[in-house]
Amino acid sequence: MRTLLLLLVFLTGCGEVWNDPYPVADRGKNVLYSVFAERPKHLDPAQSYTSDEAVFTRQVYEPPLQYHYLKRPYELIPLTAAEIPVPRLVEKSGITYSVYDIRIKPGIKYQPHPGFIAENLSLKKQIIEDLQSPYDLPLGTRELTADDYVYQIKRLAHPQLHSPIFGLMAEYIVGLREYAGRLQKAARPGQWLDLREHPLEGVERVDAQTYRITLKGRYPQFVYWLAMPFFAPMPWEADRFFQQAGMLQKNFTLDWWPVGTGPYMLSRNDPNARMVLERNPNFRGEAYPSEGEAGDAQRGLLADAGKTMPFIDRAVYTREKESIPLWNKFLQGYYDLSGIASDSFDQAVRVSVEGEATLSPEMEARGIRLDTSIAPTIFYLGANWLDPVIGGVSGGDSAERARKLRQALAIAVDWEEYLSIFANGRGVPSHSPVAPGIFGYRDGAEGLNPLTHAWKDGKAQRRPIEAAKQLLAEAGYPDGRDAKTGQPLVLYLDSTSRGPGDKAVVDWWRKQFAKLSVQFEPRQTDWNRFQEKLRKGSTQLFIVGWSADYPDPENFMFLLHGAQSRAKTQGENASNYLNPEFDALFERMRNMPSGPERQKIIDRMTDIFRRDAPWIGGFHPKNFALFHSWLGNAKANEMSDNKLKYLRVDAAKREALRREWNQPVLWPSVLLFLLLMLSIVPAVISYKKREQMAARTVS
Amino acid sequence: MFAYIVRRILYAIPILVGVNLITFALFFIVNTPDDMARMQLGAKRVTPEAIEKWKAERGYDLPLVWNASAEGSAKATGTIFFQKSVRLFVFDFGFSEDKRDIAGEIRARMWPSLALALPVFLVGLAVCITFALLMAFFRASYLDFWGVVACVAMMSISTLFYIIGGQYLASKIWHLVPISGYAGGLDAVRFLILPVVIGVVGGIGASSRWYRTLFLEEMGKDYVRTARAKGLTEGVVLFRHVLKNAMIPILTGVVVVIPTLFLGSLLMESFFGIPGLGSYTIDAIQAQDFSVVRSMVFIGSVFYIVGLILTDISYTVVDPRIRLE
Repeated sequence: MRTLLLLLVFLTGCGEVWNDPYPVADRGKNVLYSVFAERPKHLDPAQSYTSDEAVFTRQVYEPPLQYHYLKRPYELIPLTAAEIPVPRLVEKSGITYSVYDIRIKPGIKYQPHPGFIAENLSLKKQIIEDLQSPYDLPLGTRELTADDYVYQIKRLAHPQLHSPIFGLMAEYIVGLREYAGRLQKAARPGQWLDLREHPLEGVERVDAQTYRITLKGRYPQFVYWLAMPFFAPMPWEADRFFQQAGMLQKNFTLDWWPVGTGPYMLSRNDPNARMVLERNPNFRGEAYPSEGEAGDAQRGLLADAGKTMPFIDRAVYTREKESIPLWNKFLQGYYDLSGIASDSFDQAVRVSVEGEATLSPEMEARGIRLDTSIAPTIFYLGANWLDPVIGGVSGGDSAERARKLRQALAIAVDWEEYLSIFANGRGVPSHSPVAPGIFGYRDGAEGLNPLTHAWKDGKAQRRPIEAAKQLLAEAGYPDGRDAKTGQPLVLYLDSTSRGPGDKAVVDWWRKQFAKLSVQFEPRQTDWNRFQEKLRKGSTQLFIVGWSADYPDPENFMFLLHGAQSRAKTQGENASNYLNPEFDALFERMRNMPSGPERQKIIDRMTDIFRRDAPWIGGFHPKNFALFHSWLGNAKANEMSDNKLKYLRVDAAKREALRREWNQPVLWPSVLLFLLLMLSIVPAVISYKKREQMAARTVS
Repeated sequence: MFAYIVRRILYAIPILVGVNLITFALFFIVNTPDDMARMQLGAKRVTPEAIEKWKAERGYDLPLVWNASAEGSAKATGTIFFQKSVRLFVFDFGFSEDKRDIAGEIRARMWPSLALALPVFLVGLAVCITFALLMAFFRASYLDFWGVVACVAMMSISTLFYIIGGQYLASKIWHLVPISGYAGGLDAVRFLILPVVIGVVGGIGASSRWYRTLFLEEMGKDYVRTARAKGLTEGVVLFRHVLKNAMIPILTGVVVVIPTLFLGSLLMESFFGIPGLGSYTIDAIQAQDFSVVRSMVFIGSVFYIVGLILTDISYTVVDPRIRLE
């Protein structure tokens, strides 16, 4: 016992921490520690599309372009490209084509990879079976060429890959749809399909450093796609390497082991526990930006201007499915950055009466920094345009009635209250389809929706419910009853909220409709049936969201484009909204460069949208990120995920603070142990007494 | 006994077919192949052509259980049910819907699950039996009374409370062990201490009460009185005679669990970040991954049948009067 106590006192005196989840050998190293919640499904650049996957893929793959890390609004800059490509317009047989010549920088090399060693492209099955990792084989590299970009674009049409953007790109890239058909015929089960042998009309190599993409018509937003991994280079050798027999059975695929020219390479892929990115030894180096938005210099974000990136040697991502351990490990210093879950919000953040979020004293005492940003995302309450009560109802008097009904609901549904109750105020009510920070968005008084809000005392205030009741009466439903039949108006909201925790949300919705004496019926269903209803156009009201692919108003306004109707064309217009004037303006706006004329059209589209109210309000979520004091250059960036190369870690400071925050507290354990021992004593005494007791006569 | 085991294994085949059929029916009542394709292909920019291609590539374009357009035996074999089920019986699980080797995944996840479940099982069994024997020994005393009160209190508390409370005290406040995580080899010990302790403590209430009842029933029998009359100490009476004779009901509940230890614990593994099999099935259900769901249900059924056979065999070990014929 005494030895145990002495040992405990000795260990405590050493200042050693016991709850460090990382190996002792890693202490003080230049490593970033972060988390992931969902296992990535795809790491192949032809397939990967989600933000969970982008955390890894964006550090490995290098498309020709990227977003400026610091500047706002978001700005495209070259990554591997020598410059931002400007399309040439070519007329052929009365058809306009946009031709992009993309020139890449010379001297860029791939990460070490076994595919670049010729012998590794014809491995014996036994060797593959014995491999623990593809990196156990001899590794090689080579220089990036334009052919690799061409190869990857061809992969978007590969019959065995299901690239989510194939459908969209087939509309633009010349010959891509036909190319997919040819590949389908050429593909043989179990055999590698060498895409080099199959030319694609719209994508060609110009020289070793230049490739050309030809698009049908104009598509100015195409450059944004060039900043996504779909258009990152893929060396044919890597594709060939992973197509060898036996590789799939070992989970050795491009979908599991990405290959790129980026600053990091995935050295460990265990999506159940840990993903590790190591510095790519062949990375050419890239200069940290020397310009940013106002205030960046004061926040120390330009201190590394011009220095060669990346700064961190390794990034360890641990899978945390539950928010409680994640949050506590962040507070203990074992994660360098974190978001804020709802149940930790009050501990981390104080929201002032004006709605300004600041850190709690506990967080400030730890030197934690808070950064907020509004996501280029919108969640909205959609009204199905095909619905006979609340939809477009094909013109005339009934269309006007339905419009007024939607406008009345748009006033009654208090999104400010929704955000306050259910999102800790993390979001801003939407006044237009375009999210803040995107061209076309208007802020302040000129940006508010005059049908639902008024500008008073320097801020937007929701119109009184009387205004909504007036509109409802004009719609033919005074006091929530049909003026002709006297029947109560019943509206149905389809949602996937079915858990016990969702009852509060459903009650809140009921309250919103009750303000207008309108009966509310939630139709709660599972995700599959909900999606099916949207596809069939059989919903009435529903809530969905959209996260932008790129920072352009076209990527929001197209959600209301008639040609994108979900029920008619399986497009992204979930409310099936149809307004010929809006559609015509959209067609003009989509191909225009951002400027005053485009803004004017967007303003007009926004006015139409507000008047028609196919979306009965919504909100743009606000993301809160917390950074420990030892993490440098951290700035929220909603468009770009290749942030790892910009970050810097002060490992010595982290180590010192971890020690300070995590000293073991031993006395409760010792006390518990003693109490347990003490509780055993009477039992032992009683046992001995019984053993020595003489026989008794039971009366 | 050999004939008995062979017979039980043969009985298992129709059971497994039935389990497979029920799993299939339940899964496809809720999900259609189209739903599965949409889930795998993502929520954005999914085209009907991509869905059809996905289904054709994985055999989900076939009819579910009866192929009316086929000829002969192909009417039954040219179906999703047959194509996806038949290989299970030779333990060929194939690939998940996102093309990962299921057998490899199970092999990798099985050991962390076992590293947690086995100590919880063994230590828990020892602690619960000892505690129950002590309560039985001190029956009708204040120790027995408070022991039962403690058991009722402990079994009334949710496992989640033990987990969150344990993490809060041991990791957050006292900083004694990592709050979550896992490592291979001996380093796993420091990650497993807390979940094992919580697993054991969380199971004491219900198991100890159950065992106490068994022991008290045994202690009222004639052979116990005879043993005491012979002058044996109470310890010997309890551990050598009562425990042995109470083994049949204990084994009924315990042995059947042993093979399923591989399958892990959903809650413990999620909260402690242990990369085991506990959440594999749940994740697969959420991801509408039928290949993984059917494989895991099949393995669970096989383990359960093995557990029942082992239970029967264990009866013959602890009670020589029992013969398996």
